[in-house]
Amino acid sequence: MDAKEVYASLEKLFPGKVRDFRSEVREPYLFVEPAAIVEVCRFLRNAPGFRFEVLSDLTALDWPKQETIQMVYHLFSYSHNHQIVLKVDLPRDHPRIATLENVWKVANWFEREVYDLFGVIFEGHSDLRRIMLPEDWVGYPLRKDYVEQEEYDGISTQRAPLVEKLLR
Amino acid sequence: MLFDFANVLVFTALGLGFVGVNLLIGKLLRPANPQARKLSTYECGEPAMGSAWVNFNIRFYVVALIFIIFEVEIAFIFPVATVFRRWVEGGAGVFALVEVLLFIGILFLGLVYAWAKGDLEWVKKIRV
Amino acid sequence: MKPLINSLPETVFTTKVDDLLNWGRASSQWYMLFGLACCAIELMQTGGPRADLDRFGAVPRATPRQSDLMIVAGTLTYKMAKRTKLLYDQMPDPKYVISMGSCSNCGGLFQLAYSVCKGVDKIVPVDVYVPGCPPRPEALTEGLLRIQDKMMRERWLVKPAKVADEQPSA
Repeated sequence: MDAKEVYASLEKLFPGKVRDFRSEVREPYLFVEPAAIVEVCRFLRNAPGFRFEVLSDLTALDWPKQETIQMVYHLFSYSHNHQIVLKVDLPRDHPRIATLENVWKVANWFEREVYDLFGVIFEGHSDLRRIMLPEDWVGYPLRKDYVEQEEYDGISTQRAPLVEKLLR
Repeated sequence: MLFDFANVLVFTALGLGFVGVNLLIGKLLRPANPQARKLSTYECGEPAMGSAWVNFNIRFYVVALIFIIFEVEIAFIFPVATVFRRWVEGGAGVFALVEVLLFIGILFLGLVYAWAKGDLEWVKKIRV
Repeated sequence: MKPLINSLPETVFTTKVDDLLNWGRASSQWYMLFGLACCAIELMQTGGPRADLDRFGAVPRATPRQSDLMIVAGTLTYKMAKRTKLLYDQMPDPKYVISMGSCSNCGGLFQLAYSVCKGVDKIVPVDVYVPGCPPRPEALTEGLLRIQDKMMRERWLVKPAKVADEQPSA
């Protein structure tokens, strides 16, 4: 079934929890309310016509002007060969959402990465800690207002640009 | 006969001297900067965790044991080979041969036992 | 007993012994495989058959304990910087560092990134910088030869040369 039908079924089964379907883009997406994400995903994984066995990707976007952090979930189905993208808007000052670790195991590492880079707290995650940056890193680098720290571990993070040195 | 022992003594002295002089020259010529971090245990850049005294596989012991037994057997066969000619000239060649073959045969039975038990295999098959 | 390093006057005998020691060290630089990123591929190729490093006596070692040259090949992140420092400290004296490629010279292509250390010389003292992204095997070989030249100039038995006065006499 294509993305339009998926959206239509979801609208019928979860009234009020899904909205704003965009289909003219290359990967059609729809918005889901944060509170309903786990049951929607569980339904999409298990239901016979949908069977989205694979969570291809789980990332986030930082929209400082709209004051939201937008979660993006890419789902793919091997058995029916269709895909859909789910988006969730979270408030930027305290971004919290339920974990999808119990629906797709791979979400464990994806969510650790999003926590590492954006600071989104995943409730119910079994092991929420930084995956890429060192454990004692301060700050969430992929946020638009991230300021690099002056030094890490005694190593200064600045280096005078060579051109300035030559011009001096 | 005493001259032969002096031979051995000279060789021992030369060997020890060779090693000793080399180590001495090394000690005099190399830099010595021991530091705490330099002397720390190497663990691919991470601080070492846990003890290095771990249980290792019993296979090493078994292989070493079988090796020692047959090595000693060879060590016993060498003297037999040196005096065998005298026994043949003395007319008891067949007796000597049979005795040596009996010795080898008993140890060969041991080898067959180890072989059949699978102790010569490094990769052991799991018995279902 | 104290080593005889840097304690003898400059005679024909002592300088020749120094030359012999330096020649021996320069002709057998065992480098530690410290390939971090793409420069590691070029490092492997330089050690490979076509641009052979083994003809200079340089064989790769995996452990810092047996190496006297550390070729830092690739981007150094802050997470790796701590381990790099420890590995450098665990190398026995006398030790040298070649910084291979732009990323370890100055942060290179990723200089604006938050997680990249802007140059390996923020952590370990570097003897030779080899520019390139990645440097060709010939460039890395040139770096090794420069380290050889540096080694040949060192003094072991002979006392170090006195530093000349900065002020010219009036």
